[in-house]
Amino acid sequence: MMKFKLAPTERTDGNASHKWLLIALVRALAVILCVMTAVFFIIRIVPGDPAKMILGEYSTPEALESMHHALGLDLPLWDQFLRFMNTLFTQGDTGNSIITGTSARELIAQRAPITLLLILLACVLAIIIALLLATLAATHKDKLLDHLIRIIPAITLGMPIFWVGLLLILLFSVRLGWFPVGGAGEGWSGTLHSLALPAVTVAFSQIPTLVRSLRAQMLEVLESDFVVTLRAAGIPNRVILFKHVLRNSALPTLMLLGVNISYLIGGTLVVEQVYGIKGIGSLLFTSISKRDFPVIQGIALYCALSVVIISLVIEIISWWLDPRTKGKQ
Amino acid sequence: MMSTHPVLEIEALSLAAKSNEALVHNVSFSLGKGETLGLVGESGSGKSLTLRAILGLLPRGVTQTGGVIKSGARSAMVFQDPRGALDPLCPVVKQLAEVVYYRQQVSRKASRMIALELLERLGLPDSLQRSDRYPSQLSGGQCQRIVIAMALACKPGILLCDEPTTALDVTVQRQIIETITSLQQELGFAMVFVTHNLAIAANLCSRLYVMKAGEIVEHGDTLDLLQHPSDPYTQMLIDSVLPLPELEGGRMNG
Amino acid sequence: MNYIQLDPHLHEGGRTANRLKRIWNTPSLLVGSIMFAVLIILAVFIPYLSPYSPTEQNLSAFLQPPSAAHWLGTDQLGRDLFTRLIYAARTDLKIMVLAEIIPFCTGVFLGMLAGYYGKWLDAAISLLTDTFIAFPFYLIVIIVAFASGAGERGIYITFMLVGWIVFARVVRGLSASFRKQEWVASAQTLGLPGVRIILRHLLPNVLPQAVVVLMTDMVGLLVAIVTLGYLGIGITPPTPDWGTMISDGQPFITTAWWLSAVPGFAVVYTGIALSLVGDGLADIWRKK
Repeated sequence: MMKFKLAPTERTDGNASHKWLLIALVRALAVILCVMTAVFFIIRIVPGDPAKMILGEYSTPEALESMHHALGLDLPLWDQFLRFMNTLFTQGDTGNSIITGTSARELIAQRAPITLLLILLACVLAIIIALLLATLAATHKDKLLDHLIRIIPAITLGMPIFWVGLLLILLFSVRLGWFPVGGAGEGWSGTLHSLALPAVTVAFSQIPTLVRSLRAQMLEVLESDFVVTLRAAGIPNRVILFKHVLRNSALPTLMLLGVNISYLIGGTLVVEQVYGIKGIGSLLFTSISKRDFPVIQGIALYCALSVVIISLVIEIISWWLDPRTKGKQ
Repeated sequence: MMSTHPVLEIEALSLAAKSNEALVHNVSFSLGKGETLGLVGESGSGKSLTLRAILGLLPRGVTQTGGVIKSGARSAMVFQDPRGALDPLCPVVKQLAEVVYYRQQVSRKASRMIALELLERLGLPDSLQRSDRYPSQLSGGQCQRIVIAMALACKPGILLCDEPTTALDVTVQRQIIETITSLQQELGFAMVFVTHNLAIAANLCSRLYVMKAGEIVEHGDTLDLLQHPSDPYTQMLIDSVLPLPELEGGRMNG
Repeated sequence: MNYIQLDPHLHEGGRTANRLKRIWNTPSLLVGSIMFAVLIILAVFIPYLSPYSPTEQNLSAFLQPPSAAHWLGTDQLGRDLFTRLIYAARTDLKIMVLAEIIPFCTGVFLGMLAGYYGKWLDAAISLLTDTFIAFPFYLIVIIVAFASGAGERGIYITFMLVGWIVFARVVRGLSASFRKQEWVASAQTLGLPGVRIILRHLLPNVLPQAVVVLMTDMVGLLVAIVTLGYLGIGITPPTPDWGTMISDGQPFITTAWWLSAVPGFAVVYTGIALSLVGDGLADIWRKK
């Protein structure tokens, strides 16, 4: 029977959606706790004595002992853990830098803006280029253009991101002189100018995966029944593509970006090193070369926290935007 | 019957997949104004592909390898899976109004008014007029009515129905069939009705074409064909329908 | 024993001729395998093919451009670039394959357990993978590789820790969907122990997809090995490695750009070969 007046079901729907949100939040919280624990153990599970790594292979036992004390490594493990968690929750910190004595959190906060800007630029670039290529490939399926675009992932999959950076520097900075070789420029335009090549490099590493999944996604949409319906109903192709197909592919793009955000951040750290950008990546490498464990832990913690939180936000946004997740009304 | 001025004529239509595998072979029929013609046969026999060919929207990888399709009127189509036939991210009213806008060349505002009229005509509840009603929130029958409304918005001379009731609940099937027939009486479009349900075909169609493996094995007036099938495949189809008392009893003979 | 016939894997039947024909009809697999085989053959026979040593320095012939004697020229220490390139393939490909064995097995095993048994086991394994995935791949690779010490051993430890996640996630998804299939349910109702169903029926069904993922993942791993070498926390000199070769060449990028470019192309070449093999295998298994 057709029910023209359906009984109000908002109540149960409300419960269901709250439940979903609650589960997502609890899961994210659990992951965050695990991430914190992992950051604590990250320098303890790998073989080798951190104190020895800091002081070098031929340090005196006394020096080692005092370093153990300074790092809190002479305490029982559970005590170390509690202290670590305590500083983490009260100050949002992983301790003070062994080298400069300043808080790891502050060191990271100083370096964060430029890294964030780079990630944002790379994201925008990657989405625009990937959407363009995926649309071209999907609308020209099995034609030359599609084949060309489909070859890209196979070729770029094996390209080390730092090597791509080097080649771009060689071409655009050394040969053509369009962009600075490295470092950060002055002011807004200078910063953007100097970040252009790094952003392209990071975006470059993301585009293959994005294009591959987006093309598959768009093909699925293009071949779905509703596109045939709209075509049969005489809606112009361009309207179908831009209003219906792209919108239906937008949600999966967003989700994909949520999955890839981790790779995006990791790639950015390496690319900073190539271009000599003084962001979190370069902080990581100086800390590593100076064996500055609290700072390394801080970087790991904040990167992982951003990944968890960004993924959660993206998950919530796509759930919010997708009418399919709402119940019948 | 009304074959003096056919609105649709198909001669020796052949369709093939890219791998040269023949999908539809040498299919011919003509459709008179206001007539209803049934294409029956098992799934995969090329019925739906024939409809898509008439519509001019063959699936990717399928090409017309022969034959002529002469169509004297606009055609519109109603699909098997109503939910899949609607954009899940577009409010239903908006989708309907969009079709009106592009097909009837009226203003955006007028197209919305016409869309609302269509909704009413198809017996859809007022709540669907709100712009936040998406296909996923509608029942299958309601979606199918929207799809029919979208087809009607094209002001078709020919309505192509691709098993429009197969995916629906049994109770809803009849309502949809009744809706379609009453609209046909009112608007006078011709119809090609694809189904594997002989009971529906017998009720709706004046002539039947039986398809098997991409070819028409037999055709004729519905009554004749069902009562005196000459092809063994048609006989098999009829036998596969469990007791159809109406078929032998009053309605068919009367 | 009806369920056995319903298991898509057991249904296949091995006709070798047919299989060969399928490989022949899948150009990507053919081309990819040949490309990879060429590299392997070169790497195995390089001591007999090249008159040069990969490590011995010859300061009288440094930074030479490509010539008949030195096909790709020489580096800043006068070592033949082509010879070093192929010796580096030995190092990098060996580590790539060895470092992938344990993560592959662990990942497939954990993924099957999580997908097949579901419930708390699934929740626990998912939590573990979610935690690992929260750390940007290169961040965790760099930190662990550094902490466990530069060199081969550090690379093995690093990938033992992080490499299994990809496989666990893919296999978990597959296993969960296989579990819902009827033949698994009927096998369960027949009272077959879970271990037997997992090993005899689930494993053969998830393995093809896992192997396809393995091919792309190996490329990723190779790139990571090279990146670690470039950053100075991977393979340590003088052992030839594509990553250290690129960083060694970097100071000469304006004068002898090929020093850095060529090792990168070697990585790209390997990447193309492996992804072609992966695509080809995926094609073959999809057609079935």
